[in-house]
Amino acid sequence: MKLNLQEPITALGRDVYDLHLLMTIVCGVIFVAVFGVMFWSVFVHRKSAGYKAATFHESTTVEILWTIVPVFILLGMAWPATKTILAMRDTTNADITIKATGYQWKWGYDYLKGEGEGISFVSTLSTPQPQVRNEVPKGENYLLEVDNELVVPVGKKIRILTTANDVIHAWWVPALAVKQDAVPGFIRDTWFRAEKTGTYRGQCAELCGKEHGYMPIVVKIVTEEEYAAWVDGKMKAMAAAADDPNKMYLVEELTPRGEKVFAANCAACHQANGQGLPPAFPALVGSKVVLGPQDGQIDILLNGKSGTAMAAFKHLSDTELAAVITYTRNSWGNATGEVVQPSDIKVARE
Amino acid sequence: MAAIPGGADHAHDHDHHQPSGIMRWVTTTNHKDIGSMYLWFSFAMFLVGGVMALVIRAELFQPGLQVVDPDRFNQMTTLHGLIMVFGAIMPAFVGFANWMIPLMIGASDMAFARMNNWSFWLLPPAAILLTSSLLVPGGAAASGWTLYPPLTVQMGIGMDMAIFAVHILGISSIMGSINIVTTLLNMRAPGMTLMKMPLFCWTWLITAYLVIAVMPVLAGAVTMILTDRHFGTSFFNAAGGGDPVLYQHIFWFFGHPEVYIIAIPAFGVVSQVIPAFSRKPLFGYASMVYATSSIAILSFIVWAHHMYTVGMPVAGQLYFMFATMLIAIPTGVKVFNWVATMWRGSLSFETPMLFSIGFLFLFTLGGFSGLVLSMTAVDIQLHDSYYVVAHFHYVMVAGALFSAYAGAYYWLPKWTGHMYDEKLGKLHFWLSIVFFNMTFFVQHFLGLAGMPRRIPDYSLQFAEFNMISSIGAFGFGLSQLVFLIVVLKCIKGGEKASAKPWDGAEGLEWTVPSPAPHHTFETPPVFK
Repeated sequence: MKLNLQEPITALGRDVYDLHLLMTIVCGVIFVAVFGVMFWSVFVHRKSAGYKAATFHESTTVEILWTIVPVFILLGMAWPATKTILAMRDTTNADITIKATGYQWKWGYDYLKGEGEGISFVSTLSTPQPQVRNEVPKGENYLLEVDNELVVPVGKKIRILTTANDVIHAWWVPALAVKQDAVPGFIRDTWFRAEKTGTYRGQCAELCGKEHGYMPIVVKIVTEEEYAAWVDGKMKAMAAAADDPNKMYLVEELTPRGEKVFAANCAACHQANGQGLPPAFPALVGSKVVLGPQDGQIDILLNGKSGTAMAAFKHLSDTELAAVITYTRNSWGNATGEVVQPSDIKVARE
Repeated sequence: MAAIPGGADHAHDHDHHQPSGIMRWVTTTNHKDIGSMYLWFSFAMFLVGGVMALVIRAELFQPGLQVVDPDRFNQMTTLHGLIMVFGAIMPAFVGFANWMIPLMIGASDMAFARMNNWSFWLLPPAAILLTSSLLVPGGAAASGWTLYPPLTVQMGIGMDMAIFAVHILGISSIMGSINIVTTLLNMRAPGMTLMKMPLFCWTWLITAYLVIAVMPVLAGAVTMILTDRHFGTSFFNAAGGGDPVLYQHIFWFFGHPEVYIIAIPAFGVVSQVIPAFSRKPLFGYASMVYATSSIAILSFIVWAHHMYTVGMPVAGQLYFMFATMLIAIPTGVKVFNWVATMWRGSLSFETPMLFSIGFLFLFTLGGFSGLVLSMTAVDIQLHDSYYVVAHFHYVMVAGALFSAYAGAYYWLPKWTGHMYDEKLGKLHFWLSIVFFNMTFFVQHFLGLAGMPRRIPDYSLQFAEFNMISSIGAFGFGLSQLVFLIVVLKCIKGGEKASAKPWDGAEGLEWTVPSPAPHHTFETPPVFK
């Protein structure tokens, strides 16, 4: 059982750890002193022990004293606290800058500056549903595991920019002593410099809807050589997976891709079988929108539907949107036979 | 007005003019009736909100999803918060105010008796709106009691019902507060200067001003959400030129004083109870008044300490840190004064005193975790974690609820004319304090280890403490039924209470018979 903050792996994290410990000890000492006096009264000044009440009811000296002394104790606490917060907020001179975007309910990462510039991927919970539903035993990192970890090198100053696509999320990794809200429409920033390699886990810390508890953050701190190798591999993989925007697809090509996009983006609400969780999350099977004109469905995916939890998904690529729309129109008994092409999405975007 | 037939001559006849049955309660303007209705309403809502808390703790008993789906879970946390704050704790203290303020200052009733009836009867519709929103399509609001946009813009009709309920509850508490201020300022017995008022009256005077100041702010904030949802405005939508963080500033400008709206009347209750059972006057009456006023004023300038992680400039973070730390000073003064009141008293430990000592002990613990949280760098780590859940439950449950119990046991003989069952009362206290700590103390550790709040499921490292906490919560919830039994027993019978059943108690309320007759102080008493 853990009784204190997670062991920090940054200098700032150690400052926070020490500050918390200092505060706890100071508060603990005052607590014991004050309630020592009170419990002395409780035991000694009892009516049942025949104690007669005194009649005093004020003492200006004592009252001034116990107003002034806490001021000095607080000043003593404020000093280290101020130093820590000033260091924490200095996000200048970063080696690598990464943008973390909160989506309902996953994290998108874009490496904006420094080694690895141009890398971008989405990181989603990888714990299987049967574990959540208690059908199989839970794994060691239950709910704290993702398909794509954020990889950064040890010893470098990493600046994290946070923003969000739909609602407010918060990027929190306790061992790095970092927590920053991700606010839609705004960019916030924070930073860390890890002193140890290893894998560190955190979670979204701002209530962001139904799957708020299922939005982990996993940061893998590696050596500089390992990082260089990872960047190289990731770049090649991204180049290989890049879509040709003008390609015309067949339904057989798009549906397997669409199934993956659906599982990562839609299944949390509409369920893997398309049945949804009515009335909050409507079924897609037999849905008027899915079986209706393509334009209507494209519009909802691009712009969301106000007054409901259906968010805009325009951050997905044209090919991904085309794939997922084609998939929903041809799965679970929906059989329109229609294929939506990336070019259709492109037109709709404009 | 002089033409009212039979007015002053038939004072003893008033009861005969009243409707009987249910209409007696619907139409009553008597402060004692309305006080009782407030207290029963708040206890009913306390049980409803408590059941929701138990749904939450049942789901969190083990990792994995067992009891509710995540959407329902969020609805439970939201309604639990809203109901406990607006439906249980605030009305409980308004109930005390209605019953006791006229008795304590020697007034015959509240200043605006008819409005008093209205401010109570607004509550039940609001409660029905809030609870029935669980049944509408899409369910109740599922955004936490803070109702942060843009999440609140996504919700269904349940959200609109919650907004409407908050409006009604706010109107009710503003009306109640206007009544309290007017009563306290105008209707004190001859000879009772402000600085001779019982401290409970002082704390309510200060609280009422807080309510009048901040409730409209909340009403404005939720109205802006409403127009963002339905009328195409963009107060909190960055795409339309708004700012989601603006909402948080407005909300917490209400929300931080709200914490003290809940806590300050509680300070008043224990300031009556501790001297009574110490058989010694309250230590430092004047400094208590000044400290309470300072807390109220400071509560307006620290709102953004709930928002250290939203990305405010470092100068803002430092200012709010220093301002927040300052609150520790007047709060410390109050705690020292209570301890000094007990020091060299002649203490006895009837249930009201036990709950007051419990309040003092646990509220101070909550205050200290608040001081830890005031450190911006530490707060950033603990914000929205279970540490915060533990902190505010120590302040709210141990602070407000325990002192409400202290007040209820203290004044039950005056209300019912009977002594309550002391053995059961003590049992209620000991069960409550043990299970309360079992529930909430371990949550500090959960937060430190990194468990976020408002999650329906958690990773395996948090399993043990969550299990302890859930067992504690069920124990705590069931223990509250003991209180119901005590009250019902006390109403039905028991040892007759004298006008002043506590030998150390002071104040005008103990000069009228127990139970307090329907009409009291028709001629103002002279206060010496």
